[in-house]
Amino acid sequence: MNPALQGLITILVGVGGCVGYFYFSNQILDKVIFPAKGPKAGDNINRANQVRPWLFLFPAIFALGLYLGYPVFETLRLSLTDRTQGGAFVGLANYNQMMAEPKFWEAIRNNMLWLIVVPAASTGFGLLVAQLTDRISWGNIAKSLIFMPMAISFVGASVIFKLIYDARPADTPQIGILNAIWMQFDGGFGSLFVLQLLPTIVLLGFAGIVGYTTFLLVNPIIDREGRRAVPFIPLRLIGALLGVWLVWMSLSSLVGVWTAQPPYGEPQQWLTLPFWNNFFLMVVLIWIQTGFAMVILSAALRGIPEETIEAAIIDGANPFQIFFKIKIPQIMGTIVVVWTTITITVLKVFDIVFAMTNGQWETQVLANYMYDKLFRANDWGVGSASAMVIMLLVTPILVWNVYNARKEMR
Amino acid sequence: MADLKLTKIVKSYGDVEVLHGIDLEIESGEFVVFVGPSGCGKSTLLRTIAGLERITAGTMEIDGRVVNNIPPSERGIAMVFQTYALYPHMTVYDNMAFGMRLAKKSKQEIEDRVRNAADILQLGPYLDRLPKALSGGQRQRVAIGRAICRDPKVFLFDEPLSNLDAALRVATRIEIAKLNETMPDTTMIYVTHDQVEAMTLADRIVVLRGGYVEQVGAPMDLYHKPANLFVAQFIGSPAMNILDGSVASASSGKVAVDVESGGKATVPIAGTGAKAGDAVKLGVRPEDLRIAGKGETPIVNGMIDIVEALGEVTLLYVQVEGHEEAVLAKLPGYHQVERGTAISLTADAEQLHLFDSDGHSMARKAEAKEAA
Repeated sequence: MNPALQGLITILVGVGGCVGYFYFSNQILDKVIFPAKGPKAGDNINRANQVRPWLFLFPAIFALGLYLGYPVFETLRLSLTDRTQGGAFVGLANYNQMMAEPKFWEAIRNNMLWLIVVPAASTGFGLLVAQLTDRISWGNIAKSLIFMPMAISFVGASVIFKLIYDARPADTPQIGILNAIWMQFDGGFGSLFVLQLLPTIVLLGFAGIVGYTTFLLVNPIIDREGRRAVPFIPLRLIGALLGVWLVWMSLSSLVGVWTAQPPYGEPQQWLTLPFWNNFFLMVVLIWIQTGFAMVILSAALRGIPEETIEAAIIDGANPFQIFFKIKIPQIMGTIVVVWTTITITVLKVFDIVFAMTNGQWETQVLANYMYDKLFRANDWGVGSASAMVIMLLVTPILVWNVYNARKEMR
Repeated sequence: MADLKLTKIVKSYGDVEVLHGIDLEIESGEFVVFVGPSGCGKSTLLRTIAGLERITAGTMEIDGRVVNNIPPSERGIAMVFQTYALYPHMTVYDNMAFGMRLAKKSKQEIEDRVRNAADILQLGPYLDRLPKALSGGQRQRVAIGRAICRDPKVFLFDEPLSNLDAALRVATRIEIAKLNETMPDTTMIYVTHDQVEAMTLADRIVVLRGGYVEQVGAPMDLYHKPANLFVAQFIGSPAMNILDGSVASASSGKVAVDVESGGKATVPIAGTGAKAGDAVKLGVRPEDLRIAGKGETPIVNGMIDIVEALGEVTLLYVQVEGHEEAVLAKLPGYHQVERGTAISLTADAEQLHLFDSDGHSMARKAEAKEAA
C-alpha cells in the first residue's frame, strides 16, 4: 500500500478512535450507568458530571503512565538486577560497578562542564541579542536569523559543525572553515592579535563581568544598608564561590594564552583535542539554544514598563546601570526559567555527542554513556543505573523550573 | 530656584510636527499647569523639558543655561509619572535612594534625604515594603518622594492623578498643593487634562491645542477673559454656550448683537473694527444665564428639553430654534420648571463674551470682575 495512504488511514483511525472513545464513553455514562431519568434523575446527573472529567482525562493519564511513569519504576528495577545472572536482584552492585568506571566519571565531569557553560552562554548571548536588537530597524531580521537554528535537529546541527571542524592534509584546500582560518596564522602580528591579544581582552572582560556579578551577589550580605532581609544567602554564597573560581580559571588561562606555542601550519583535528573538544561540542548546543533564550528574553524585555526606564534615566543611570539594575532584576524570573529550561536540555544531551564523537577523546556525557551501556553493551543493569543518575540530576531542576514558570504566569 | 525659558520649541517625529514653535517663560517658584485635550502635545512638551525627548528646533533654558543637549539627570529636574514608574524590585527606601546612590552621595546624606521625604509624605512605616505591597495612593506618594529626594529645581508631573480613584485624587491633589507651599522655591510644571486640577493648583495655566499655545494666564484670567473660542469652551464646566449672531450696531464701547435665534444682546466691548452686519459668536457661560425678568431683553428663547436638578443647582437644557446643540443654563438652587415649556434666558451684559468670525475674543472694555 502507498505509504501516504497508510498515513492517511492511520490518521483517520487515530482521530476516529478518539472521537469514538469520547462519544461512546459519554453515551454509556449518560444512558446506561447513570441514566437521567426515573426517580433518581437529579442524583444521576450529578454523579455523571462528577465522573465525566475522568473520562476525558483517562487517555492522557493512561498514556503518560504507560510511557513515562511505568518506565521510571521499571528502570529502577532493572538497575538493581543483573542480566548475566538471568535478571537476579543484585542490590547496588550495578551502581558500584558504574562508580568504578573512569568513563562514568568522565561523563559526570563533562556533564557538569556542559551544565555550567551551555545555559550560561545561551542565556547570556540570548539576553545580549535581545537587548541589542531591541531598538534597531533590522533587529527583527537579525532575530529571525538567530532563531533559525532552533528549527534544525541536533543531529543536523552536528553534521553542519562536523564540516566546520573538518580537517584535510596540509597541502590540500581545507573544507572546514575553522582549519581554513587556522591555516592563515603564521606566528606574525595577525596571529599575535587574534590568538593572544583578543583572547586576553575576552578573558579579562569575562573575569571582570563575573567579578562584578560576584560583587553584586555578596554586597548585600556585607553591606546591610539595603535594610531588607537579603534573600537566598546560601545560594548567593554558592554563586559567589563559583564566580571566584571562574575568575581564577580565566586569569590563570591568561598564562596559557601567552606561553603556549601553537602548531602553526598544521591542520587540527579539533574534535580530538582532549578537554577543548568538549567546548567545540557545546558550541553546537549554544548555537541552537541562543535563539530560544533570545525569543523568550526579548518578550520579557519588551514587557518592562517604559516609565521605569525613563525614571532611571532621570535618576541619572547610564545604559549599563539601566540594563543591570533596572532591566535584569525585573526579568529575573524569566531568566531563571530560561536558564533552568536549557539546563534540563543540557542534562539530557545525547544526539550531539553521539553524532560528532560518540564519546571518544574524553567527550563522553551521561546520556551517551547510558546508550552505550544499554544498547551497545546490552548491559541493562549499568545502563539503567546511569539513567537513574540522570533522572536524579534532572528532577530537582525540573521542579524548580516548573515552580518558577508557574510563578511567572501569575 | 529656576526659571525656564522656552524659545521656538519644535518637536517632530519624522515628518509629523507635534509642537509648532512654542514660546514660554516660567518664573522661579511658579506652579504652571499644561492643560489641553488628548494629543495636544502637553505631555510631549513636558518630556522635552525633562529631556526624555530631544527637541527638533528651538532653545530651552533652565536657570539661564541652555539645556538642549544636557541629559535629563543633569538638568536639575525630577519627574512624577502617571503610572508611578516605581522600580518594582526595590523597596520604597531603595526606590527613593536609587538616584542618590548613582550620584555617589554619602550614606548619611541619603538616609537624611529619604527620611525627610518620608516625613513630608508620611511614608515612614512603608520604607521596607516593595511597591506591590502598597496602594495606588501610597505608590504615587513614593514616586513624589523619589522626586523630592532629587532636590530638583524643577518638578515635573505627568498626569500624576489619573490612575487614582476619585476620592484619592482629591486627597493627593491637596497634598501636591501643600507640597508646593512647603517648597516655595521649586518650580513645578504639571500636565493634566482635568481642568479642576488645573484651576485649583496652578499659578498660571498654559492651554495647548494641536501643538500650539492657545493662551497663558492665571486661572481666573482664563475663565473671565478667554483669548479665543477654544479656551472659552475648554475652561469651565459645563462648557460655555456659543450662539451665532451678527453685529446690529457698533458704537464706541458698545456692540449690539442680534442672535440668530432671535435674542438680542449688548456687549460692553471696545468693538474696534466691528461693523454692522459682521458675523460674530456670542459666548455666555451656563452659570451666567438666568431667567429673563419682565422688561428684560432675552438673549435666548427656547423650549426646555431636559431638567437636571442637583439640589444646589438646576441644569436646564434648552432647545433653541436654528441651534443644533442645546443651550445649557445652570441656575442656582432648585427651580420648579416643566419639560417642554418655553423659557427666556438672559445674562448680565458684563458677563458676555464676543468672538469674531475667526474665533478670537474681542477686547472687552469693562472688566467683568470689577463690574460685578
